[in-house]
Amino acid sequence: MGKLGGFKEFTRQDDNCLPVKKRVKNFNEFTISLQEKGLQDQGARCMNCGVPFCHSGCPLGNLIPDFNDMVFKGAWKKALKILHSTNNFPEFTGRLCPAPCEKSCVLGIINNPVSIENIEKNIVERGFSEGWIIPEIPKKRTAKQVAVVGSGPSGLAAAQQLNRVGHTVTVFEKDDEIGGLLRYGIPNFKLEKHLIDRRVNLLKAEGIIFKTNVNVGVNYKVSDLDKFDAVVLCGGATVRRGIQVSGSDNKGVVQAMSFLTQQTKQILNKPIAEQLISAKGKHVIVIGGGDTGSDCVGTSNRQGAKSVTNFEIMPKPPIGRSETTPWPFWPLQLKTSSSHQEGCKRNWLINTKEFICNEKGELTALKTVEVSWKIVQGKRPELIEIEGSEKIWPCNLVLLALGFMGPDQTIAKQLGIKTDERTNYKATNYQTNIQNIFTAGDMHRGQSLIVWAISEGREAARAVDLYLMGVSNLPTKGEGDILSA
Amino acid sequence: MKEQGLYLPEFEHDNCGAGFICNLKGEKTNEIIHQALEILIKLEHRGAVSSDGRTGDGAGILIDIPHLFFESVCKFILPKPKEYAVGMVFLPKSYNQSDYCIQIFENNIKEQGMCILGWRDVPVDSSKLGIIAAKTEPKIKQVFIGKNKLELTENQFNTKLFTARKITEHAIINSKIAERHYFYVPSLSTTTIIYKGLLVPEDISNYYPDLKDPTVVTRLALVHQRFSTNTFPSWDLAQPFRYLCHNGEINTFRGNVSRMRAREALMESPIFGEDIKRLFPIILSGKSDSASMDMVVELLLMTGRSLPEALMMLVPEAWEKHQTMSAEKKAFYEFNACIMEPWDGPASIPFTDGNIIGAILDRNGLRPSRYTITKNGNVVMSSEIGVLNIKPENVVKHGRLEPGKMFLVDMNAGRIIEDDEIKHKIASKKPYESWVLENTLPLSKIPYNDLKLLEEPTDYNTRLKIFGYTQEDIATIITPMSITLKESIGSMGNDTPLAVLSDKPQLLYNYFKQLFAQVTNPPLDGIRENIITDISLAIGQDRNIFNINKEQAKKLRIQNPVISNADLDKIKNINHPDFKAVVIPILYPINKGLNGLETALDDIIKQIENEVSNNATIIILSDRNVDKEKAPIPALLACSYVHHSLYKADLRSKFGIIIETAEPREPHHFATLFGYGASAINPYMVNEIIKNLVDNNVIQNITPHQAVRNFNYAIGKGILKIMNKVGISTLHSYRSSQIFEILGLNSKFSKKYFPYTPSRIEGIGLYEIEREIEKKHRNAFSNNLTNLEIGGDYRWRRNGEKHMFNPNTIAKLQQAVREKNLDAYKVYTESINNQTKNLMTLRGLLEFDNLDPIPIEEVEPWTEIVKRFKTGAMSYGSISQEAHENLAIAMNRIGGKSNSGEGGEDKARFKKMPNGDWKNSAIKQVASGRFGVSSNYLTNAKEIQIKMAQGAKPGEGGQLPAEKVYPWIAKVRNSTPYVGLISPPPHHDIYSIEDLAQLIFDLKNANRDARINVKLVSEVGVGTIAAGVAKAKADVILISGYDGGTGASPLTSLKHAGLPWELGLAEAQQTLILNNLRSRVVLECDGQLKTGRDVAIACLLGAEEFGFATAPLVASGCIMMRACHLNTCPVGIATQDPELRKNFKGTPDHVINFMYFVAQELREIMAQLGFRTIQEMIGQTHKLNTKKVENHYKAAGLDLSAILHQPLTNGKKILSNVEGQNHFLHNVLDLKIISDAKPAIKNKIKTTLVYSIHNTDRTVGAITSNEISKLYGEDGLPENTLNITFKGSAGQSFGAFATKGLTLKVIGETNDYLGKSLSGAKIIIQKPEAATFLAEDNIIVGNVCFYGAISGEAYINGIAGERFAVRNSGAIAVVEGIGDHGCEYMTGGKVVILGKTGRNFGAGMSGGIAYVYNKNLQFSDQLCNLEMVDLEKLTAIDKNALRELIQNHKTYTNSHLAKLILENWEQEVINFIKVFPKEYKLALERIATEKKFDIIVA
Repeated sequence: MGKLGGFKEFTRQDDNCLPVKKRVKNFNEFTISLQEKGLQDQGARCMNCGVPFCHSGCPLGNLIPDFNDMVFKGAWKKALKILHSTNNFPEFTGRLCPAPCEKSCVLGIINNPVSIENIEKNIVERGFSEGWIIPEIPKKRTAKQVAVVGSGPSGLAAAQQLNRVGHTVTVFEKDDEIGGLLRYGIPNFKLEKHLIDRRVNLLKAEGIIFKTNVNVGVNYKVSDLDKFDAVVLCGGATVRRGIQVSGSDNKGVVQAMSFLTQQTKQILNKPIAEQLISAKGKHVIVIGGGDTGSDCVGTSNRQGAKSVTNFEIMPKPPIGRSETTPWPFWPLQLKTSSSHQEGCKRNWLINTKEFICNEKGELTALKTVEVSWKIVQGKRPELIEIEGSEKIWPCNLVLLALGFMGPDQTIAKQLGIKTDERTNYKATNYQTNIQNIFTAGDMHRGQSLIVWAISEGREAARAVDLYLMGVSNLPTKGEGDILSA
Repeated sequence: MKEQGLYLPEFEHDNCGAGFICNLKGEKTNEIIHQALEILIKLEHRGAVSSDGRTGDGAGILIDIPHLFFESVCKFILPKPKEYAVGMVFLPKSYNQSDYCIQIFENNIKEQGMCILGWRDVPVDSSKLGIIAAKTEPKIKQVFIGKNKLELTENQFNTKLFTARKITEHAIINSKIAERHYFYVPSLSTTTIIYKGLLVPEDISNYYPDLKDPTVVTRLALVHQRFSTNTFPSWDLAQPFRYLCHNGEINTFRGNVSRMRAREALMESPIFGEDIKRLFPIILSGKSDSASMDMVVELLLMTGRSLPEALMMLVPEAWEKHQTMSAEKKAFYEFNACIMEPWDGPASIPFTDGNIIGAILDRNGLRPSRYTITKNGNVVMSSEIGVLNIKPENVVKHGRLEPGKMFLVDMNAGRIIEDDEIKHKIASKKPYESWVLENTLPLSKIPYNDLKLLEEPTDYNTRLKIFGYTQEDIATIITPMSITLKESIGSMGNDTPLAVLSDKPQLLYNYFKQLFAQVTNPPLDGIRENIITDISLAIGQDRNIFNINKEQAKKLRIQNPVISNADLDKIKNINHPDFKAVVIPILYPINKGLNGLETALDDIIKQIENEVSNNATIIILSDRNVDKEKAPIPALLACSYVHHSLYKADLRSKFGIIIETAEPREPHHFATLFGYGASAINPYMVNEIIKNLVDNNVIQNITPHQAVRNFNYAIGKGILKIMNKVGISTLHSYRSSQIFEILGLNSKFSKKYFPYTPSRIEGIGLYEIEREIEKKHRNAFSNNLTNLEIGGDYRWRRNGEKHMFNPNTIAKLQQAVREKNLDAYKVYTESINNQTKNLMTLRGLLEFDNLDPIPIEEVEPWTEIVKRFKTGAMSYGSISQEAHENLAIAMNRIGGKSNSGEGGEDKARFKKMPNGDWKNSAIKQVASGRFGVSSNYLTNAKEIQIKMAQGAKPGEGGQLPAEKVYPWIAKVRNSTPYVGLISPPPHHDIYSIEDLAQLIFDLKNANRDARINVKLVSEVGVGTIAAGVAKAKADVILISGYDGGTGASPLTSLKHAGLPWELGLAEAQQTLILNNLRSRVVLECDGQLKTGRDVAIACLLGAEEFGFATAPLVASGCIMMRACHLNTCPVGIATQDPELRKNFKGTPDHVINFMYFVAQELREIMAQLGFRTIQEMIGQTHKLNTKKVENHYKAAGLDLSAILHQPLTNGKKILSNVEGQNHFLHNVLDLKIISDAKPAIKNKIKTTLVYSIHNTDRTVGAITSNEISKLYGEDGLPENTLNITFKGSAGQSFGAFATKGLTLKVIGETNDYLGKSLSGAKIIIQKPEAATFLAEDNIIVGNVCFYGAISGEAYINGIAGERFAVRNSGAIAVVEGIGDHGCEYMTGGKVVILGKTGRNFGAGMSGGIAYVYNKNLQFSDQLCNLEMVDLEKLTAIDKNALRELIQNHKTYTNSHLAKLILENWEQEVINFIKVFPKEYKLALERIATEKKFDIIVA
């Protein structure tokens, strides 16, 4: 399997990107795929490890060495079959996943890891362009009805899996379009929205029923769920974290999600009810150094911001792996995204103390203080402000990308579903305290990665099937998720 | 000794010293007896003594009946010689019981019409017996039987004697009398008589004063002494037997016995009439292989065959691939192969019927047999030369028995009959050629009309699931075999659960573990010694063994019994009067479950009984046509049940079994089917899979037909390898031999379906097997969603088979040792220990018990404990210099021991480094390749380990391919860069237990301060082997688990050969205690030891030292890539690639931290259990209990209580090592030499010494070399500093490890292993001047000379035995003729052969050069194995080199032959041919290029 010594022969090659100047002019994806031979060479770098840590690092349990080998051999259709056997939506993960697999790739010990994620994307895109990916309509239908609440990646994965074994699945989405965070949370330049439609159309053709603008518990009575034999709650972790300092109610202080959603709606030519938020010609400060923060940076630059500055309260991580998170564990490590490369000043160990506005009520600046963290073993790290380090930052727009606090509690309250100390919906093997109600994705495990969402959706579907049928032929990823350091 | 705990008496082995002496002129003397006994005394080092220091394993002598003596001592009148018979009879001790036996015997003698002339009490001196022998001493009498006035020919008289004795034996065995086991008739003959017992040789004549009586005279004497692996010897198993004695081991014994039993149903004879039924069973149960063979020989004599003919049937030459054998003789063997399968194994068998005396050697020539004919008419044959003092001038000829050859003396004619003559006479007695030609049907000759496509009712994918195929089976097993014709190779150990502990449905095959040869007989090399192996089979009904006619030849002959669909179709549709094939489905109704399966099995038997009575001769068991209702019966289950049921019904010999099955895919699967009676197998599903792979372009550029052929060929090779592992050369003998151990099937099941296969820990039964079938079947039909199961046996996958080393355990262990992070270690160890509790290993099922906690401070510190820790034997070559030295430094720092592995070691590492670190491996390994084994290497060891077997691939050799032999590897292995290196399956100096004793003695001489460690692999019977090894004087015995690591091994071996260490260790511990031998040896254990808990359990089961290999490697950075065999290890461990080696990041501290954590965890357990020291803890099995596993339907049936059994012994039970071995070095000749040679050794002053020498002077030169190495290292002394001349017959291993500066000359002759691992010395063997025979026609040195020689020179004035210069890597040797397999596996050096060579010259020869005298041109076409060598004309440089060597030969030995050649140099030089290995030639060119450009050419 694989090419013997291929890892010595070839160096890592990722997809190329359009130059920054060109790509920030629009909201389209900006990668240029490698040629087929180049991709095969990348597949040849896989070493067919006796213990493939990547396969453990991937929350889906993707059979990475197996599809890499097929790519190396040019057997794309087989590669696609292997990839699809563990992952319903490789076109999403292939673009959006932070690739924990690559962090635990054995080749990463000595060299750049195999470009697993890019190979994944290219396999599935090849599949689409060759017309290999077609609806797989179940041959037999059970009499079971299942509702899936939420159409993000976990909901979609659960729906597809359940549909495959013949259950009749209805997906409820509170927004006007299917996709959850994929739709409006992720900027178009990272995931063009027609890609979601492409997949959703397949799911529809397979027989899944989609109902948009249905907000269960709000405009749909939870008691109406009774007609379903089982329900899977995949509502995500949607409660946004805010910042409680003076001036945070200023109109110039905006939640990242609102900002990103508007942008995507504009692209999709959707009407926007609220006031338009634009970074054009503004000095923008993005608070929060995570992925959403990075998305805000990219979007602001595309909208024509005058400057973009990014704050993060935590210390700057090391460029390479932190010693505390050795290979193959998920690393603490500085991440520089393509959006960062497009222009932004990044600041760490900095905390916002106050938003300052002019007499018109317009945001003009914010005040920060530098901080440090006091670490005492066994205790939560303590934030310490450094006296005299206050600083005023002029700005016209502040985007809050501080993450999510947890799931919306409406459904839990109405149905009587228990939640845990972090307000996540509590479940044992995806089953809540109400026998026929299951939960998966961020709603269940809290804010996490898309790959976890799909994984949870798949596993929950199996749990539902087992509950409904007594046995299940749906696959499970099995044990073996890599521990944390 | 009875079965108890894990000890099974049926696994006792023996090897021996044997010989005979006779007088050609027919002179009867008493002297012959004493000379014969003298032979035994001189062979005493080949025997063994029990723990009482007195009881031998048995010895005896066969002589002519001393008529005059009996006339004088008997109180009754004797008729003329041959008119009466004398029986030697062992009887119960008590009078009433012995009278009872006598009564039965007398009645049967009378019933046959003969009369009792009288009984004589045989005088014995019981005071000569050891304690053990005295306990079992029988009453011994002689019975004299007359013809009672009947007119009987000699044959008729013998028949009656035979009948009377057989019937009596059965009657007494079947009686209920208490001491019936004492009854035994050592001999009953009109010509010969046997005196034997549990005696050491020098006591035979003291015990039996008869033998000292001057009137006890004989023309011939056959003598034997036994070396059994354990000390539960018994009187009746002492040899000789009635017609033969036997030095060796019959590997196929169990199969031979069962097939002999099956033949009885067909036996008819007018000689015996109805009485014949009363003779059965011909082979009494519980007898040794030799005793059983004797009983069969006896029967064959009754069929009218002569004694030589009977032995030719039982021990045929390797005729199948013989190019020069006469057609007539080949036909004889082929014909007889239809009647009898070979009794296969290493064997030298002296035999006699009183009229002729002779010996035959096994087809592979694995036992030494030397003979001397003297001018006064004596012929002396024995395992060694020099056993009698024969003056050189009295010698007519020194000869040796050659592989498969017979040596015969006709006592009545007074002459020696050569092999050719006797065999021609026998082979031409009947028209065997035409019988075979006209009656035996080759499969290829069956006409064939195109294959009818067999339509299966169930689709392909569903069937794959029904039969449990995984993606890995197809990708990793089937695809490579179909392309490369070879089995797939893997590396690292096995860390998956046993079949019985796995959650994944298992094929029945996986519960069977292959047995393999270690110590008591050698595994074979079917690749390099292909000429002696064969996998063709004849199939069809057997016939009455008494008939010698053409009917016997009516068999179907199949060349490779793994057959294609087309071949099977031919057989199914065969239309031939002699054959009738019937297909019997082996399916059962799935909805009827267990009952359905049981009923179906019984129905199969009924159907076959019917078909056989309707003259079916070929039964095809077929699992075709599975569907939703019908599930397949495991083919192995069906096959074995049919075999055994029809055997019980006395019908088994009437038909052959062919299996048409979708199941088998690995060599092991096929081997088990053959092992349980199949004669051919058609793996039709694999045929389909291969076709599918070709259709889908996964297999490219081959037709499906060819790909199937490739697969079948690869399986054939794989089966050969499995047979070879246990030392069997032909599939004919392997078939139905059942050489497996069951692991995890309960006794109710195994007794019914596999009655002769040991199964010691219980397990699942038919119910659970049915559940597994049902699960697969249901899943196959209900689920079209998921792909085939992933497999994950060889590479970890989620959803695949569980592995103990998985991403998390590896990651946490590495984190633990790098950060010295206890939390991480705890996650690691809990994960491993929980995994084991979660049903991965047997130790996982054991629990600590009888806790008696003490404060941990009272437990000995970790620094003491780690002194008992060792790292595994991994060669420099299999792992990188960085990784290898890292382990050594770490272990030296903490006082543990690292192991060199079998690749030698750079001498620079023997010196300590300035910072105090030391890269010297404390343990130096000696393995079959002997790479780097020199006097200096051994001198620098604290412990020397003889690797008998390796857990990952017991019974197999290894290979380092040419491209991996980098210059730095070649340097320490004393070989040539870029020349491939082969480690043979056997040690060519260990074919038996006495050979191992010799090697232990050799190594002890090479370094008197080092402990000698013998590494064994766990298998059933390893306890008895360990007992033998303890008696062979090993200091340490290592029991390795089957799951240990490897740098490269066939996948089949990784999984299916050998057993977990829990079983082997416990068996060894128990058997050593039973034998009172435990106190003398240190017991060590290894095999996937990973945690303190693992060590604690090993210790409680009896281990006192512990080896770790995989875990310290993981600690050093190994991530279980399992690419060791590919040289691509990315972390720089298992690679020689200079770029990749840079990636090695391990440090000694990582390894030390691992050992620290394990020791600390162990200390915590010790504190819980209440042990302050390891010493207190060893063998305390009461601290463990066998918690049954409740919730697992499979594991619940296991019963591990036998593992915890404490042997019942008399007296004090010692559980650990408390005393040393006595190596008997005090009277070694070298001790005298080093004292006489002080000036030479100390001050390099030239010294000349002269000694006389005897065959009992063994391993001469080793101690002297050791002393020189201590002072001067590898450099030794300047050439010729110490010149020693020896006169006489040198013992074994003369000149072993002899180092530079020594010149050792023998005037006389030497035995086996001359110049073993020669390390620079010069050896000269010269014919005595007084001798009148021609040196070039006589054998002067033994077998396996210059094995692993590194450097030095040798000149041999005469012929050498088999395997001359085997694995020579640098020595120069000139010899005047050699036996078979010359220069085998040679990697360097020069060999000149001035005379004839045997067959298979240059097999596996990858380096060095041989110049062979080839005057009659036979060498090139017939004798040389051309696979790896080219034959070339000599260049001018060659000619000069050759001439110089021959000149030296003449100078040193005064060789007559050398003189003749030199005198006619120009005419003679053209008769030489150069044997030039292909790889060597390329390597020399490459080295030249590299030198020129000063680079390494990648």
